Amino acid sequence: MKAVRIVAQLALYVPLMALIAYFSTEPRFSPVKSGEALVRVSFIHATERREPCRARSAEELAKLAPNMRASLDCPRERSPLLVEVELDGKLVLRREAQPSGLRRDGNVAVYERMLLPAGRHRIVARLRDRPGADFNFIKEETVELAGGQTLIIDFSAAKGGFAFLI
Amino acid sequence: MLAASGLYLYLRFDTSAAGAYESIGELEWWFGGVLRSVHRYAADAFVLVMIVHLLRELWLGRFRGWRAFTWISGVPLVWLVYASGLVGYWLVWDTRSHFSFHATLEWMGLAAAAGAAPDRLFSLYVFLHIGLPLALLAGMWVHVQRLGHPRTWPPLDVAFAVAAVLVVLAVLHPAASEPRWGAAPAGDAIAVDWFYQFIHPLMYATAPAFLWALVLGLSALLIVLPFLSKQHVVAARVDPANCNGCARCASDCPYNAIQVGDKATVFAERCAGCGICAGACPSSTPFRSIRELVSGIDLPDLTINHVRKTLQAALPCKDVVFCCESNRLPGAIALRCLAMLPPAFIEYALRNGAARVTAIGCAGECAYRLGMELCEERFAGRREPHLRASVAFERKDNEYRFVLRSR
Repeated sequence: MKAVRIVAQLALYVPLMALIAYFSTEPRFSPVKSGEALVRVSFIHATERREPCRARSAEELAKLAPNMRASLDCPRERSPLLVEVELDGKLVLRREAQPSGLRRDGNVAVYERMLLPAGRHRIVARLRDRPGADFNFIKEETVELAGGQTLIIDFSAAKGGFAFLI
Repeated sequence: MLAASGLYLYLRFDTSAAGAYESIGELEWWFGGVLRSVHRYAADAFVLVMIVHLLRELWLGRFRGWRAFTWISGVPLVWLVYASGLVGYWLVWDTRSHFSFHATLEWMGLAAAAGAAPDRLFSLYVFLHIGLPLALLAGMWVHVQRLGHPRTWPPLDVAFAVAAVLVVLAVLHPAASEPRWGAAPAGDAIAVDWFYQFIHPLMYATAPAFLWALVLGLSALLIVLPFLSKQHVVAARVDPANCNGCARCASDCPYNAIQVGDKATVFAERCAGCGICAGACPSSTPFRSIRELVSGIDLPDLTINHVRKTLQAALPCKDVVFCCESNRLPGAIALRCLAMLPPAFIEYALRNGAARVTAIGCAGECAYRLGMELCEERFAGRREPHLRASVAFERKDNEYRFVLRSR
Protein backbone atom coordinates (compact mmCIF):
# COMPACT_ATOMS: atom_id res chain seq x y z
CA MET A 1 0.00 0.00 0.00
CA LYS A 2 2.82 2.36 0.91
CA ALA A 3 4.58 1.62 -2.38
CA VAL A 4 1.39 2.43 -4.28
CA ARG A 5 1.12 5.69 -2.36
CA ILE A 6 4.71 6.65 -3.23
CA VAL A 7 4.22 5.84 -6.90
CA ALA A 8 0.93 7.77 -6.95
CA GLN A 9 2.61 10.76 -5.32
CA LEU A 10 5.44 10.68 -7.84
CA ALA A 11 2.91 10.49 -10.64
CA LEU A 12 1.36 13.68 -9.29
CA TYR A 13 4.55 15.55 -8.45
CA VAL A 14 6.14 15.21 -11.89
CA PRO A 15 3.25 16.97 -13.71
CA LEU A 16 3.22 19.54 -10.92
CA MET A 17 6.91 20.26 -11.53
CA ALA A 18 6.35 20.47 -15.26
CA LEU A 19 3.36 22.78 -14.80
CA ILE A 20 5.27 25.19 -12.55
CA ALA A 21 8.45 25.10 -14.67
CA TYR A 22 6.59 25.82 -17.88
CA PHE A 23 4.13 28.49 -16.84
CA SER A 24 6.67 30.40 -14.73
CA THR A 25 8.24 31.71 -17.97
CA GLU A 26 6.37 30.32 -20.98
CA PRO A 27 4.70 31.11 -23.29
CA ARG A 28 6.50 34.41 -23.72
CA PHE A 29 4.33 37.44 -24.11
CA SER A 30 4.90 40.29 -26.50
CA PRO A 31 2.88 43.45 -25.79
CA VAL A 32 3.17 44.37 -29.47
CA LYS A 33 2.56 42.01 -32.38
CA SER A 34 5.20 41.70 -35.10
CA GLY A 35 4.72 44.37 -37.74
CA GLU A 36 3.29 46.80 -35.22
CA ALA A 37 4.80 49.70 -33.31
CA LEU A 38 3.69 51.24 -30.07
CA VAL A 39 3.01 54.92 -29.41
CA ARG A 40 2.73 56.09 -25.83
CA VAL A 41 1.52 59.58 -25.04
CA SER A 42 2.72 60.01 -21.50
CA PHE A 43 3.34 63.16 -19.50
CA ILE A 44 2.37 65.17 -16.46
CA HIS A 45 1.93 68.87 -16.84
CA ALA A 46 0.79 71.81 -14.72
CA THR A 47 -1.39 73.94 -16.98
CA GLU A 48 -1.62 77.69 -16.78
CA ARG A 49 -3.99 79.43 -14.39
CA ARG A 50 -7.58 79.73 -15.53
CA GLU A 51 -7.49 83.44 -14.63
CA PRO A 52 -4.35 85.56 -14.59
CA CYS A 53 -2.87 86.97 -11.41
CA ARG A 54 -4.09 90.41 -10.47
CA ALA A 55 -2.09 93.13 -8.69
CA ARG A 56 -3.68 94.14 -5.39
CA SER A 57 -4.33 97.82 -4.78
CA ALA A 58 -2.80 99.62 -1.79
CA GLU A 59 -6.23 99.65 -0.06
CA GLU A 60 -6.66 95.94 -0.55
CA LEU A 61 -3.20 95.24 0.85
CA ALA A 62 -3.87 97.45 3.87
CA LYS A 63 -6.95 95.37 4.74
CA LEU A 64 -4.92 92.19 4.88
CA ALA A 65 -2.94 90.98 7.87
CA PRO A 66 0.73 92.01 7.54
CA ASN A 67 1.87 88.47 6.88
CA MET A 68 -0.71 87.99 4.11
CA ARG A 69 0.17 91.06 2.04
CA ALA A 70 1.17 89.38 -1.22
CA SER A 71 1.17 91.93 -4.00
CA LEU A 72 -0.47 89.53 -6.46
CA ASP A 73 -3.82 87.78 -6.05
CA CYS A 74 -3.52 84.52 -7.95
CA PRO A 75 -6.62 82.29 -8.27
CA ARG A 76 -5.66 78.68 -7.70
CA GLU A 77 -7.67 76.96 -10.38
CA ARG A 78 -5.78 75.89 -13.48
CA SER A 79 -7.04 75.50 -17.05
CA PRO A 80 -8.13 72.17 -18.45
CA LEU A 81 -5.66 70.60 -20.83
CA LEU A 82 -6.56 69.63 -24.37
CA VAL A 83 -4.28 67.28 -26.27
CA GLU A 84 -4.65 65.95 -29.80
CA VAL A 85 -2.55 63.48 -31.74
CA GLU A 86 -2.88 63.03 -35.47
CA LEU A 87 -1.37 60.07 -37.29
CA ASP A 88 -1.04 60.34 -41.05
CA GLY A 89 -3.72 63.00 -41.16
CA LYS A 90 -6.17 61.06 -39.03
CA LEU A 91 -7.07 62.26 -35.54
CA VAL A 92 -6.38 59.32 -33.22
CA LEU A 93 -6.48 61.07 -29.88
CA ARG A 94 -8.40 64.07 -28.60
CA ARG A 95 -8.61 64.34 -24.86
CA GLU A 96 -9.55 67.11 -22.52
CA ALA A 97 -8.26 66.48 -19.00
CA GLN A 98 -9.01 68.39 -15.85
CA PRO A 99 -6.28 69.36 -13.38
CA SER A 100 -6.20 67.12 -10.32
CA GLY A 101 -7.20 68.24 -6.83
CA LEU A 102 -10.39 69.48 -5.23
CA ARG A 103 -9.51 73.03 -6.23
CA ARG A 104 -8.38 71.94 -9.70
CA ASP A 105 -4.95 73.32 -8.99
CA GLY A 106 -2.84 70.18 -9.47
CA ASN A 107 -1.10 68.54 -12.39
CA VAL A 108 -2.80 66.96 -15.35
CA ALA A 109 -1.70 63.40 -16.08
CA VAL A 110 -2.10 62.07 -19.61
CA TYR A 111 -1.43 58.51 -20.63
CA GLU A 112 -2.58 56.86 -23.83
CA ARG A 113 -1.29 53.77 -25.56
CA MET A 114 -1.78 53.21 -29.28
CA LEU A 115 -0.66 50.53 -31.70
CA LEU A 116 0.08 51.33 -35.31
CA PRO A 117 1.61 49.48 -38.23
CA ALA A 118 5.39 49.71 -38.50
CA GLY A 119 6.70 52.10 -41.14
CA ARG A 120 6.89 55.81 -41.89
CA HIS A 121 4.28 58.00 -40.22
CA ARG A 122 3.51 61.68 -40.06
CA ILE A 123 2.73 62.53 -36.46
CA VAL A 124 1.24 65.80 -35.27
CA ALA A 125 0.79 66.52 -31.56
CA ARG A 126 -1.10 69.57 -30.30
CA LEU A 127 -1.66 70.83 -26.79
CA ARG A 128 -3.57 73.67 -25.21
CA ASP A 129 -2.89 74.42 -21.56
CA ARG A 130 -4.40 77.89 -21.15
CA PRO A 131 -7.79 79.54 -21.60
CA GLY A 132 -8.71 80.17 -25.20
CA ALA A 133 -9.36 78.15 -28.32
CA ASP A 134 -5.92 77.91 -29.91
CA PHE A 135 -3.32 75.27 -29.34
CA ASN A 136 -0.19 76.83 -27.94
CA PHE A 137 2.13 73.83 -28.45
CA ILE A 138 2.34 71.96 -31.76
CA LYS A 139 4.92 69.52 -33.02
CA GLU A 140 4.94 67.78 -36.38
CA GLU A 141 7.41 65.16 -37.45
CA THR A 142 7.73 62.23 -39.78
CA VAL A 143 9.09 59.20 -37.97
CA GLU A 144 10.22 55.79 -39.15
CA LEU A 145 9.05 53.12 -36.75
CA ALA A 146 10.32 49.56 -37.02
CA GLY A 147 8.19 46.61 -35.88
CA GLY A 148 8.19 46.32 -32.10
CA GLN A 149 9.57 49.83 -31.63
CA THR A 150 8.12 52.29 -29.12
CA LEU A 151 7.61 56.00 -29.66
CA ILE A 152 7.02 58.05 -26.53
CA ILE A 153 5.31 61.39 -26.99
CA ASP A 154 6.52 63.36 -24.02
CA PHE A 155 5.75 66.94 -23.09
CA SER A 156 7.65 69.43 -21.02
CA ALA A 157 6.81 73.14 -21.21
CA ALA A 158 10.20 73.98 -19.70
CA LYS A 159 11.96 72.13 -22.54
CA GLY A 160 9.91 73.82 -25.21
CA GLY A 161 6.98 71.49 -25.61
CA PHE A 162 6.57 68.08 -27.19
CA ALA A 163 9.41 65.59 -27.64
CA PHE A 164 9.10 62.45 -29.75
CA LEU A 165 11.38 59.88 -28.15
CA ILE A 166 12.23 56.65 -29.94
CA MET B 1 9.86 27.50 2.44
CA LEU B 2 8.97 30.93 1.12
CA ALA B 3 9.89 32.61 4.40
CA ALA B 4 13.13 30.67 4.90
CA SER B 5 14.39 31.13 1.34
CA GLY B 6 13.24 34.77 1.37
CA LEU B 7 15.15 35.47 4.56
CA TYR B 8 18.42 34.22 3.06
CA LEU B 9 17.82 36.13 -0.18
CA TYR B 10 17.16 39.28 1.83
CA LEU B 11 20.53 38.89 3.58
CA ARG B 12 22.30 38.71 0.23
CA PHE B 13 20.14 41.27 -1.56
CA ASP B 14 21.35 44.81 -2.24
CA THR B 15 18.27 46.87 -1.48
CA SER B 16 19.06 49.66 -3.91
CA ALA B 17 18.09 50.30 -7.50
CA ALA B 18 21.76 50.48 -8.43
CA GLY B 19 22.84 47.19 -6.89
CA ALA B 20 19.77 44.93 -6.77
CA TYR B 21 20.16 43.31 -10.18
CA GLU B 22 23.85 42.55 -9.73
CA SER B 23 23.37 41.22 -6.18
CA ILE B 24 20.92 38.62 -7.54
CA GLY B 25 23.34 37.73 -10.31
CA GLU B 26 26.12 37.20 -7.77
CA LEU B 27 24.28 34.40 -5.96
CA GLU B 28 26.25 31.16 -6.24
CA TRP B 29 24.14 28.72 -8.28
CA TRP B 30 24.48 25.79 -5.90
CA PHE B 31 23.01 27.55 -2.85
CA GLY B 32 21.77 31.11 -3.29
CA GLY B 33 20.67 30.38 -6.84
CA VAL B 34 18.80 27.26 -5.76
CA LEU B 35 17.14 29.16 -2.92
CA ARG B 36 16.15 31.93 -5.31
CA SER B 37 14.55 29.37 -7.63
CA VAL B 38 12.87 27.62 -4.70
CA HIS B 39 11.52 30.98 -3.52
CA ARG B 40 10.05 31.66 -6.91
CA TYR B 41 8.66 28.21 -7.59
CA ALA B 42 7.23 27.98 -4.08
CA ALA B 43 5.43 31.26 -4.76
CA ASP B 44 4.03 29.78 -7.98
CA ALA B 45 2.99 26.61 -6.15
CA PHE B 46 1.33 28.81 -3.51
CA VAL B 47 -0.95 30.27 -6.20
CA LEU B 48 -1.75 26.80 -7.51
CA VAL B 49 -2.57 25.44 -4.06
CA MET B 50 -4.63 28.53 -3.24
CA ILE B 51 -6.72 28.18 -6.40
CA VAL B 52 -7.22 24.44 -5.87
CA HIS B 53 -8.22 25.14 -2.25
CA LEU B 54 -10.70 27.82 -3.32
CA LEU B 55 -12.27 25.68 -6.06
CA ARG B 56 -12.46 22.64 -3.80
CA GLU B 57 -14.24 24.49 -1.01
CA LEU B 58 -16.55 26.05 -3.59
CA TRP B 59 -17.32 22.65 -5.16
CA LEU B 60 -18.06 21.13 -1.75
CA GLY B 61 -20.33 24.07 -0.87
CA ARG B 62 -18.18 25.06 2.09
CA PHE B 63 -18.95 28.74 2.02
CA ARG B 64 -22.39 28.97 3.57
CA GLY B 65 -23.74 29.33 7.07
CA TRP B 66 -21.18 28.80 9.79
CA ARG B 67 -18.38 28.78 7.22
CA ALA B 68 -19.26 32.24 5.82
CA PHE B 69 -16.72 34.09 7.99
CA THR B 70 -13.89 31.76 6.98
CA TRP B 71 -14.89 31.99 3.33
CA ILE B 72 -15.22 35.78 3.24
CA SER B 73 -12.01 36.34 5.20
CA GLY B 74 -10.23 34.28 2.55
CA VAL B 75 -11.11 36.68 -0.30
CA PRO B 76 -8.68 39.50 0.65
CA LEU B 77 -5.99 36.86 1.04
CA VAL B 78 -6.17 36.18 -2.69
CA TRP B 79 -5.45 39.86 -3.31
CA LEU B 80 -2.57 39.82 -0.83
CA VAL B 81 -1.02 36.73 -2.42
CA TYR B 82 -1.08 38.36 -5.84
CA ALA B 83 0.15 41.73 -4.58
CA SER B 84 3.04 40.05 -2.69
CA GLY B 85 4.05 38.05 -5.75
CA LEU B 86 3.81 40.92 -8.21
CA VAL B 87 5.96 43.19 -6.05
CA GLY B 88 8.43 40.34 -5.56
CA TYR B 89 9.00 40.29 -9.29
CA TRP B 90 9.74 44.02 -9.33
CA LEU B 91 12.65 43.50 -6.93
CA VAL B 92 14.63 41.59 -9.53
CA TRP B 93 15.04 44.89 -11.39
CA ASP B 94 15.13 43.42 -14.87
CA THR B 95 13.08 44.12 -17.99
CA ARG B 96 10.32 41.82 -16.72
CA SER B 97 10.15 43.95 -13.54
CA HIS B 98 9.97 47.06 -15.69
CA PHE B 99 7.21 45.59 -17.84
CA SER B 100 5.21 44.36 -14.84
CA PHE B 101 5.63 47.61 -12.91
CA HIS B 102 4.54 49.77 -15.84
CA ALA B 103 1.67 47.45 -16.74
CA THR B 104 0.47 47.63 -13.11
CA LEU B 105 0.69 51.44 -13.14
CA GLU B 106 -1.23 51.45 -16.40
CA TRP B 107 -3.90 49.31 -14.78
CA MET B 108 -4.07 51.70 -11.82
CA GLY B 109 -4.30 54.70 -14.16
CA LEU B 110 -0.97 56.02 -12.88
CA ALA B 111 1.21 55.28 -15.88
CA ALA B 112 1.86 58.94 -16.64
CA ALA B 113 3.55 59.25 -13.25
CA ALA B 114 6.10 56.57 -14.06
CA GLY B 115 9.39 58.31 -14.54
CA ALA B 116 12.86 57.22 -13.61
CA ALA B 117 12.90 54.71 -10.78
CA PRO B 118 14.85 56.19 -7.91
CA ASP B 119 16.13 54.39 -4.82
CA ARG B 120 13.16 55.60 -2.79
CA LEU B 121 10.80 53.79 -5.13
CA PHE B 122 12.92 50.69 -4.80
CA SER B 123 12.77 50.96 -1.00
CA LEU B 124 8.99 51.00 -1.35
CA TYR B 125 9.12 47.72 -3.29
CA VAL B 126 11.25 46.13 -0.57
CA PHE B 127 8.92 47.41 2.13
CA LEU B 128 5.89 46.09 0.24
CA HIS B 129 7.46 42.69 -0.38
CA ILE B 130 7.98 42.28 3.35
CA GLY B 131 4.86 44.10 4.54
CA LEU B 132 2.35 42.42 2.22
CA PRO B 133 3.38 38.84 3.12
CA LEU B 134 3.23 39.81 6.81
CA ALA B 135 -0.27 41.19 6.22
CA LEU B 136 -1.05 37.91 4.44
CA LEU B 137 0.17 35.96 7.46
CA ALA B 138 -2.03 38.07 9.76
CA GLY B 139 -4.95 37.56 7.37
CA MET B 140 -4.38 33.80 7.41
CA TRP B 141 -4.52 33.88 11.20
CA VAL B 142 -7.91 35.61 10.99
CA HIS B 143 -8.97 33.13 8.26
CA VAL B 144 -8.66 30.15 10.64
CA GLN B 145 -10.13 31.83 13.73
CA ARG B 146 -13.49 30.09 13.31
CA LEU B 147 -11.87 26.67 13.08
CA GLY B 148 -11.15 24.49 16.07
CA HIS B 149 -7.76 22.76 15.84
CA PRO B 150 -6.96 24.23 12.39
CA ARG B 151 -4.47 22.22 10.37
CA THR B 152 -1.87 24.76 9.33
CA TRP B 153 0.94 22.27 8.71
CA PRO B 154 0.87 19.69 5.96
CA PRO B 155 1.48 16.01 6.71
CA LEU B 156 5.23 15.48 7.12
CA ASP B 157 5.62 13.19 4.09
CA VAL B 158 3.81 15.67 1.84
CA ALA B 159 5.92 18.55 3.22
CA PHE B 160 9.18 16.70 2.50
CA ALA B 161 7.99 15.58 -0.92
CA VAL B 162 6.96 19.09 -1.95
CA ALA B 163 10.25 20.53 -0.65
CA ALA B 164 12.15 17.92 -2.65
CA VAL B 165 10.09 18.66 -5.75
CA LEU B 166 10.87 22.37 -5.50
CA VAL B 167 14.59 21.79 -4.94
CA VAL B 168 14.80 19.35 -7.85
CA LEU B 169 12.94 21.83 -10.04
CA ALA B 170 15.29 24.63 -8.90
CA VAL B 171 18.32 22.58 -9.91
CA LEU B 172 16.90 21.34 -13.22
CA HIS B 173 15.32 24.62 -14.29
CA PRO B 174 16.90 27.49 -12.35
CA ALA B 175 15.06 30.80 -12.26
CA ALA B 176 16.87 33.40 -14.33
CA SER B 177 16.75 37.17 -14.62
CA GLU B 178 15.97 39.00 -17.83
CA PRO B 179 18.24 41.87 -18.97
CA ARG B 180 18.72 44.72 -16.49
CA TRP B 181 15.84 47.14 -15.63
CA GLY B 182 14.73 49.27 -18.50
CA ALA B 183 12.08 49.33 -21.17
CA ALA B 184 12.62 46.35 -23.42
CA PRO B 185 11.75 47.03 -27.07
CA ALA B 186 7.98 46.71 -27.24
CA GLY B 187 8.28 43.89 -29.76
CA ASP B 188 10.48 41.77 -27.47
CA ALA B 189 8.77 38.79 -25.93
CA ILE B 190 8.75 38.94 -22.12
CA ALA B 191 9.04 35.80 -20.01
CA VAL B 192 5.99 36.48 -17.87
CA ASP B 193 5.19 34.29 -14.89
CA TRP B 194 1.64 33.28 -15.80
CA PHE B 195 0.76 32.37 -12.23
CA TYR B 196 1.06 36.01 -11.15
CA GLN B 197 1.53 38.18 -14.20
CA PHE B 198 -1.31 36.83 -16.34
CA ILE B 199 -3.17 40.02 -15.49
CA HIS B 200 -0.84 42.06 -17.73
CA PRO B 201 -1.45 40.16 -21.00
CA LEU B 202 -5.13 40.00 -20.05
CA MET B 203 -5.23 43.78 -19.64
CA TYR B 204 -3.46 44.38 -22.95
CA ALA B 205 -5.81 41.96 -24.68
CA THR B 206 -8.82 43.82 -23.26
CA ALA B 207 -8.61 47.11 -21.32
CA PRO B 208 -7.69 48.27 -17.81
CA ALA B 209 -11.40 48.84 -17.09
CA PHE B 210 -12.17 45.23 -18.06
CA LEU B 211 -9.50 43.95 -15.67
CA TRP B 212 -10.90 46.09 -12.87
CA ALA B 213 -14.41 44.86 -13.59
CA LEU B 214 -13.19 41.26 -13.61
CA VAL B 215 -11.17 41.49 -10.40
CA LEU B 216 -13.73 43.52 -8.45
CA GLY B 217 -16.64 41.53 -9.88
CA LEU B 218 -15.09 38.17 -8.94
CA SER B 219 -14.18 39.42 -5.48
CA ALA B 220 -17.69 40.77 -4.93
CA LEU B 221 -19.21 37.51 -6.17
CA LEU B 222 -17.08 35.46 -3.78
CA ILE B 223 -18.04 37.75 -0.89
CA VAL B 224 -21.80 37.66 -1.54
CA LEU B 225 -21.87 33.94 -2.32
CA PRO B 226 -22.58 32.90 1.31
CA PHE B 227 -25.56 35.26 1.39
CA LEU B 228 -27.02 33.94 -1.87
CA SER B 229 -27.42 30.39 -0.59
CA LYS B 230 -28.08 30.29 3.12
CA GLN B 231 -27.93 27.08 5.10
CA HIS B 232 -30.47 26.45 7.84
CA VAL B 233 -28.91 24.99 10.96
CA VAL B 234 -30.50 24.21 14.31
CA ALA B 235 -27.79 25.28 16.72
CA ALA B 236 -26.77 23.30 19.78
CA ARG B 237 -28.40 24.40 23.05
CA VAL B 238 -26.96 24.46 26.55
CA ASP B 239 -28.93 23.21 29.54
CA PRO B 240 -27.40 25.19 32.42
CA ALA B 241 -28.71 22.76 35.06
CA ASN B 242 -26.69 19.92 33.50
CA CYS B 243 -23.63 21.91 32.41
CA ASN B 244 -20.70 21.92 34.84
CA GLY B 245 -18.50 24.17 32.67
CA CYS B 246 -15.93 21.44 31.99
CA ALA B 247 -15.21 22.95 28.51
CA ARG B 248 -14.90 19.57 26.73
CA CYS B 249 -17.53 20.74 24.23
CA ALA B 250 -15.58 23.93 23.47
CA SER B 251 -12.37 21.96 23.09
CA ASP B 252 -13.93 19.54 20.59
CA CYS B 253 -16.06 22.02 18.60
CA PRO B 254 -14.68 22.04 15.03
CA TYR B 255 -15.86 25.61 14.42
CA ASN B 256 -15.02 27.42 17.68
CA ALA B 257 -18.72 28.05 18.27
CA ILE B 258 -18.65 27.50 22.03
CA GLN B 259 -17.25 29.66 24.78
CA VAL B 260 -17.12 28.55 28.38
CA GLY B 261 -17.25 30.69 31.48
CA ASP B 262 -19.09 29.18 34.43
CA LYS B 263 -21.31 27.46 31.87
CA ALA B 264 -21.01 26.86 28.13
CA THR B 265 -22.43 29.41 25.67
CA VAL B 266 -23.14 28.58 22.02
CA PHE B 267 -22.74 31.23 19.29
CA ALA B 268 -25.64 30.13 17.10
CA GLU B 269 -24.36 31.76 13.91
CA ARG B 270 -21.09 29.81 14.16
CA CYS B 271 -22.71 26.47 15.06
CA ALA B 272 -22.77 23.74 12.40
CA GLY B 273 -25.26 21.65 14.39
CA CYS B 274 -22.93 18.65 14.17
CA GLY B 275 -23.57 17.45 17.73
CA ILE B 276 -19.89 16.78 18.43
CA CYS B 277 -20.30 18.89 21.58
CA ALA B 278 -23.07 16.58 22.80
CA GLY B 279 -20.78 13.60 22.22
CA ALA B 280 -18.10 15.29 24.33
CA CYS B 281 -20.36 16.22 27.24
CA PRO B 282 -19.81 14.10 30.40
CA SER B 283 -23.55 14.27 31.14
CA SER B 284 -24.38 12.50 27.85
CA THR B 285 -24.16 9.03 29.36
CA PRO B 286 -26.98 6.54 28.87
CA PHE B 287 -26.17 4.89 32.23
CA ARG B 288 -27.83 7.79 34.05
CA SER B 289 -30.94 6.53 35.77
CA ILE B 290 -33.20 9.50 34.95
CA ARG B 291 -36.13 8.70 32.67
CA GLU B 292 -35.56 11.67 30.33
CA LEU B 293 -31.84 12.04 29.63
CA VAL B 294 -30.94 15.73 29.46
CA SER B 295 -27.42 16.53 28.36
CA GLY B 296 -25.48 19.69 29.33
CA ILE B 297 -25.31 20.58 25.64
CA ASP B 298 -27.47 19.00 22.98
CA LEU B 299 -29.00 19.31 19.54
CA PRO B 300 -32.68 20.34 19.83
CA ASP B 301 -33.56 18.40 16.64
CA LEU B 302 -31.63 15.23 17.49
CA THR B 303 -31.20 14.87 21.24
CA ILE B 304 -29.00 12.44 23.12
CA ASN B 305 -32.21 11.33 24.87
CA HIS B 306 -33.67 10.43 21.46
CA VAL B 307 -30.53 8.43 20.62
CA ARG B 308 -30.80 6.56 23.94
CA LYS B 309 -34.48 5.78 23.36
CA THR B 310 -33.74 4.52 19.84
CA LEU B 311 -30.95 2.33 21.20
CA GLN B 312 -33.11 1.03 24.05
CA ALA B 313 -35.85 0.15 21.55
CA ALA B 314 -33.35 -1.80 19.45
CA LEU B 315 -31.92 -3.76 22.38
CA PRO B 316 -31.46 -6.59 22.95
CA CYS B 317 -30.07 -7.48 19.56
CA LYS B 318 -26.93 -9.09 18.24
CA ASP B 319 -25.58 -6.16 16.31
CA VAL B 320 -25.94 -2.44 16.98
CA VAL B 321 -24.77 -0.10 14.24
CA PHE B 322 -24.24 3.65 14.60
CA CYS B 323 -23.54 5.77 11.56
CA CYS B 324 -23.32 9.41 10.61
CA GLU B 325 -26.05 11.07 8.56
CA SER B 326 -23.66 11.59 5.65
CA ASN B 327 -23.28 7.83 5.40
CA ARG B 328 -26.74 6.52 6.32
CA LEU B 329 -27.19 2.76 6.46
CA PRO B 330 -30.47 0.84 6.73
CA GLY B 331 -31.11 -0.35 10.29
CA ALA B 332 -28.38 1.83 11.75
CA ILE B 333 -28.86 4.54 14.37
CA ALA B 334 -27.99 7.72 12.51
CA LEU B 335 -26.21 10.58 14.24
CA ARG B 336 -25.38 13.98 12.76
CA CYS B 337 -21.68 13.12 13.03
CA LEU B 338 -20.09 9.95 14.41
CA ALA B 339 -18.32 12.08 17.05
CA MET B 340 -21.78 12.89 18.41
CA LEU B 341 -21.73 9.37 19.82
CA PRO B 342 -20.60 9.42 23.47
CA PRO B 343 -18.34 6.34 23.98
CA ALA B 344 -20.52 5.33 26.96
CA PHE B 345 -23.29 4.41 24.48
CA ILE B 346 -21.08 1.67 23.04
CA GLU B 347 -20.48 0.09 26.44
CA TYR B 348 -24.18 0.53 27.29
CA ALA B 349 -25.21 -1.39 24.16
CA LEU B 350 -22.71 -4.18 24.83
CA ARG B 351 -23.80 -4.54 28.47
CA ASN B 352 -27.47 -4.63 27.48
CA GLY B 353 -27.50 -7.53 25.07
CA ALA B 354 -25.53 -6.49 21.99
CA ALA B 355 -22.79 -8.94 21.01
CA ARG B 356 -21.10 -6.39 18.81
CA VAL B 357 -21.32 -2.66 18.14
CA THR B 358 -20.26 -1.08 14.84
CA ALA B 359 -19.73 2.65 14.32
CA ILE B 360 -19.36 3.95 10.76
CA GLY B 361 -18.24 7.46 9.93
CA CYS B 362 -18.03 9.44 6.69
CA ALA B 363 -16.68 7.44 3.76
CA GLY B 364 -14.23 10.17 2.77
CA GLU B 365 -13.40 13.36 4.55
CA CYS B 366 -15.49 14.06 7.66
CA ALA B 367 -18.37 16.42 6.86
CA TYR B 368 -17.57 18.31 10.10
CA ARG B 369 -13.79 18.30 9.78
CA LEU B 370 -12.76 16.54 12.99
CA GLY B 371 -15.32 13.79 13.56
CA MET B 372 -13.17 10.75 12.82
CA GLU B 373 -10.10 12.20 14.56
CA LEU B 374 -12.05 12.89 17.75
CA CYS B 375 -13.64 9.42 17.66
CA GLU B 376 -10.21 7.83 17.28
CA GLU B 377 -8.81 9.78 20.23
CA ARG B 378 -11.82 9.07 22.44
CA PHE B 379 -11.89 5.35 21.62
CA ALA B 380 -8.13 5.04 22.11
CA GLY B 381 -8.39 6.74 25.51
CA ARG B 382 -6.40 9.84 24.53
CA ARG B 383 -9.33 12.22 24.86
CA GLU B 384 -12.27 12.63 27.22
CA PRO B 385 -14.85 11.18 27.29
CA HIS B 386 -12.89 8.00 26.61
CA LEU B 387 -14.03 4.48 25.93
CA ARG B 388 -13.64 2.24 28.93
CA ALA B 389 -10.85 -0.33 28.91
CA SER B 390 -13.42 -3.12 29.19
CA VAL B 391 -14.36 -2.52 25.54
CA ALA B 392 -12.01 -3.67 22.80
CA PHE B 393 -12.15 -2.10 19.35
CA GLU B 394 -10.60 -2.39 15.96
CA ARG B 395 -10.72 0.08 13.06
CA LYS B 396 -10.87 -0.52 9.36
CA ASP B 397 -10.97 2.69 7.32
CA ASN B 398 -14.06 4.56 8.51
CA GLU B 399 -15.53 1.63 10.43
CA TYR B 400 -15.04 0.73 14.10
CA ARG B 401 -16.05 -2.60 15.64
CA PHE B 402 -16.44 -2.99 19.39
CA VAL B 403 -16.81 -6.04 21.65
CA LEU B 404 -16.60 -6.51 25.40
CA ARG B 405 -13.23 -7.85 26.51
CA SER B 406 -13.50 -11.29 28.04
CA ARG B 407 -12.58 -11.34 31.72
